Amino acid sequence: MKAKIYITLKNGVLDPQGQATQVALGHLGFGDISNVRQGKFIELELGEKDQKKAERIVSDICEKLLANTVVENYRFELIATHK
Amino acid sequence: MVNTAVIVFPGSNCDRDLLTTFEALGSKKPHLVWHADTRLPDGIDVIGLPGGFSYGDYLRSGAIAARSPIMHEVIKAAQRGVYILGICNGFQILTESGLLPGTLLRNKYLKFICKEVHLKPVNTNTAFTKNYNQSKLITLPVAHHDGNYFTDDATLKTLQDNDQIAFRYCNEEGVIGDTGNPNGSLYNIAGILSTNKRILGMMPHPERACDPLTTGVDGIGLFKSLLAV
Repeated sequence: MKAKIYITLKNGVLDPQGQATQVALGHLGFGDISNVRQGKFIELELGEKDQKKAERIVSDICEKLLANTVVENYRFELIATHK
Repeated sequence: MVNTAVIVFPGSNCDRDLLTTFEALGSKKPHLVWHADTRLPDGIDVIGLPGGFSYGDYLRSGAIAARSPIMHEVIKAAQRGVYILGICNGFQILTESGLLPGTLLRNKYLKFICKEVHLKPVNTNTAFTKNYNQSKLITLPVAHHDGNYFTDDATLKTLQDNDQIAFRYCNEEGVIGDTGNPNGSLYNIAGILSTNKRILGMMPHPERACDPLTTGVDGIGLFKSLLAV
């Protein structure tokens, strides 16, 4: 099973890196861009084949390590792989 | 004299400074403890989590170090009332491990900041701060990229109500506010305490201000009171 995990900042948390990226886009001529927020994308594979069990494992992984739940949200997709 | 331990993570680089400071200011010969160890030495009174770039700040600063094997023992030691001082990356590790609330975000103005800052000791009723005076600022160096303390409103109120804020950034006149705040941290917080006041996490480096040859000597007061517990 493959997991694609998206970690994003919660609304209201200041994102100066997103703001800097937005400024850089302005310098490149992309003027009408707003609300740039940056996050993380993490992929991993797990041996668990059961969808529900895999969801619980990946949630656990996100809660325990991949996301800092003080300031970050997470969501993920699971894709069955054929080994 | 107290027994101290300094935990070393891969990428810690202020462990030696903390070790020599502990030894110079009241500790028996400090123990260096490797992050992968599963036991602390017996009878430790004070644990130091040093500054640096543990695990290269991968994922989030302090995130992986906080999940090291030795941290299970550090958490148990905290529950027994052992004093813990987390400096810079050590503060980040304390928040990531849940021993202190909140988190340290990227500095508001995005630059890595390496300079002297002024602090007001706002709670001088702790083992870490009783040699300081609330009306007298101290000057310590900072060197960090992710020092912007953040937490939710409810937790901030709890920190305020319980006197858990140890240091706040101020300007050279001792006025707490944006002009003295190098990284945009919430409420100008530079360091916070646990509920029982036995754990201190702070972004500035007191161990770099204990020798007249370096930034100055305002760090000495913290270590002298801590190492006399």
